[in-house]
Amino acid sequence: MSLTFDDGTFIRNEMVQPLPPPRRQVGALGWVRENLFSSVLNTVLTLAGIALVALILPPLVRFMILDAVWTGENREACLGPEVGACWPFIKAKFGQLIYGFYPIDQRWRPNIVFAAGILLMVPLLVPSWPLKRLNSFLFFVIYPVVSFVLLTGGNIDASAFLFEHFGLIHSFVGDVTMAGVNATFWVDYVLTAIAAAAFVGGLLALLGGSGTGAARTTLWVFLAFGALVLAWDIDFGLPYVETRQWGGLLVTLVIAVTGIVASLPLGILLALGRRSQMPIVRLLCVVFIEFWRGVPLITVLFFATYMLPLFLPSGTNPDALLRALVGVALFSAAYMAEVVRGGLQAISKGQYEGAMAMGLTWSQMMRLIILPQALTLVIPGIVNSFISLFKDTTLVLIVSIFDFLGQLRASFTDPNWATPVTLYTGFAFAGVVYFLFCFGMSRYSLFVERRLNTSHRR
Amino acid sequence: MKRLLSTFALAGAFGLCAFGAQAATKLEQVKAKGFVQCGVSQGLPGFSNPDDKGSWTGLDVDFCRAVAAAVFGDATKVKFTPLSAKDRFTALQSGDIDVLSRNTTWTITRDTSLGLNFTGVTYYDGQGFLIRKDKKVNSALELSGASVCTQTGTTTEQNLADYFRANNMTYEVIAFATNDEVVKAYDAGRCDVLTTDRSGLAGERLKLTNPDDHVVLPEIISKEPLGPVVAHGDDQWFDIVKWVLFAQLNAEELGLTSKNVEEQVKSATNPEIKRLVGTEGKFGEGMGIGNDWVVAIVKQVGNYGEMYDRNVGPDTPLKLARGVNALWNKGGLQYAPPIR
Repeated sequence: MSLTFDDGTFIRNEMVQPLPPPRRQVGALGWVRENLFSSVLNTVLTLAGIALVALILPPLVRFMILDAVWTGENREACLGPEVGACWPFIKAKFGQLIYGFYPIDQRWRPNIVFAAGILLMVPLLVPSWPLKRLNSFLFFVIYPVVSFVLLTGGNIDASAFLFEHFGLIHSFVGDVTMAGVNATFWVDYVLTAIAAAAFVGGLLALLGGSGTGAARTTLWVFLAFGALVLAWDIDFGLPYVETRQWGGLLVTLVIAVTGIVASLPLGILLALGRRSQMPIVRLLCVVFIEFWRGVPLITVLFFATYMLPLFLPSGTNPDALLRALVGVALFSAAYMAEVVRGGLQAISKGQYEGAMAMGLTWSQMMRLIILPQALTLVIPGIVNSFISLFKDTTLVLIVSIFDFLGQLRASFTDPNWATPVTLYTGFAFAGVVYFLFCFGMSRYSLFVERRLNTSHRR
Repeated sequence: MKRLLSTFALAGAFGLCAFGAQAATKLEQVKAKGFVQCGVSQGLPGFSNPDDKGSWTGLDVDFCRAVAAAVFGDATKVKFTPLSAKDRFTALQSGDIDVLSRNTTWTITRDTSLGLNFTGVTYYDGQGFLIRKDKKVNSALELSGASVCTQTGTTTEQNLADYFRANNMTYEVIAFATNDEVVKAYDAGRCDVLTTDRSGLAGERLKLTNPDDHVVLPEIISKEPLGPVVAHGDDQWFDIVKWVLFAQLNAEELGLTSKNVEEQVKSATNPEIKRLVGTEGKFGEGMGIGNDWVVAIVKQVGNYGEMYDRNVGPDTPLKLARGVNALWNKGGLQYAPPIR
């Protein structure tokens, strides 16, 4: 209320309610004015954008959904003047697009691998979920071995091979098999492990280091490798499925995931090596990185697949997929190394000096101070590499490994599905699938960036 | 030390998939590993393409099965390596595959300079023309002034130029990088004629909006004999692959089909058939395989005619008439030396 005095003085003793802002500046209308039509340039860009969407979206929707054929048994269903996408084609070829030529009655094996991969990866990616250490151990150590055994069928006689080529007592004893296990190999293996541990321990003790520590580490390495060989050797009764029969999304994911998982640690090591003070290490790393960066991936794959067998001793014929995997991993590691090096160079000298002043060793300094900062800085670059690696996997088609896109292209040639729209349908589907994967990766990287990078945010 | 060990581990992993046995001859090698490794295309309708169930089908594929049937008596003992046009010969030279059955044209360059042997002709192909029916053209000689769609950088373009020049005709070439672009352009009416190998034309025709509005002209302007290839250095293997095709042709000529072959083994009186099915003579053993090799081929894969009809014949979507691929006594070119 207010008071009015006799002399006409007016005193308000209460605040006036503020008027609502002009209607053109609030709500949807205000937002649109502010963001879409704030200036001439902005208005032009907005209108151009709307025109573009209006131009592209309706035909796309019409082709993909409205005019599309949804059911049918063969090409007859998708013939006609005004036919959109031929989805029965994708349905008929779906199994092949996912598993390639993997035998139909064995497809539960890749299914388990897919499911286990998702089950292990999702908790790893969500930062608030517990048991990260156990989870990473499962994902990075146990999961690859299990997947390998499941997908190939295991039982590959690794011990027999190692025994024949590296066995110390092989020439004296020969193979003795007990209960399906190559007994002499394991005797040999244990002896080698003890000898190697004693040698390393003794050497380090002589040099004044911790002999028992080194010996223990050596034994652990032998133990881990032995477990790996044993896992490969056990006959689980799964029929052998050679990698030639793998294909489709299975191969795309195997190559991409292996490449991604292998390239990051390798790339970090190479980047550290390139910035190392040790001349030989530095030289080797520079040569490695520049060699792999200087050669196109297609050449690497072609060389690994068709040239390598000519140079290897006859009788050794490494698996084609393995060759491509190693090629892709080394190739992407070289690129990753340069990305990581960019991050390392962005860290100011003060961080190094501060770490050294604290009395940290080199590895502690890198692990606790430098790398966490450097890697955070280059997350966009790292994810960039991952995404391009994922898409580069399609190049394995030239070495006759049918990845997702290769399998699709092979499906185009089936005369039972040859129609005018088959090609468009296939590529539309492939586009959606690739987009889902790449967009997913990119969103996740944004999420991680925002979480780690709060101090730098604008 | 750790680094050394990991090097060893890597080396071990590298060699894991090594083939153990190193046998002397190709046949022994193939028998030792238990299957024929066969190079096919990465997809050519009717010749080698994966079907809905994910198994390879086609004329080239069936020929590989026939080789497996001859060697093992089991047509399923074959594995396929899909190869691109670029790396098909490298794969054969490096021993990655035992037979290349990938619509490969037999030319003197390939036969004499690459260390390879062509074993025969499974399909006589040649470059042809596809044209709209409403153009009312009945012969390629009426094509003067036409615009022709074709793929760049192939022998197709060269053959086209030669043919039109030899017949004093003018034409306009519209070339595209990929086959699919060629088909789309032709379908959209950007050119009057589409040219490629006739077997290919049949496949491309299916991708047109109205396949029945188009017709393949009778003229064939180039020779493209397609056949299986083996590497130099093993004549026994060369013989086996060569005679698998001859056996299929002889089987068709003598009326031996997958349905009647077993009956013919028991009841045949014709000495030619008796020699073919192995009840007389030891021709299979002479090559190092079983005497009943032809029975296995015909029973499991069929004779040449059956193989043709199943994959590219008139009852398939490709609808390719036998034409020059008919037997020699039916007006075609397919002729096999006798088995005796």
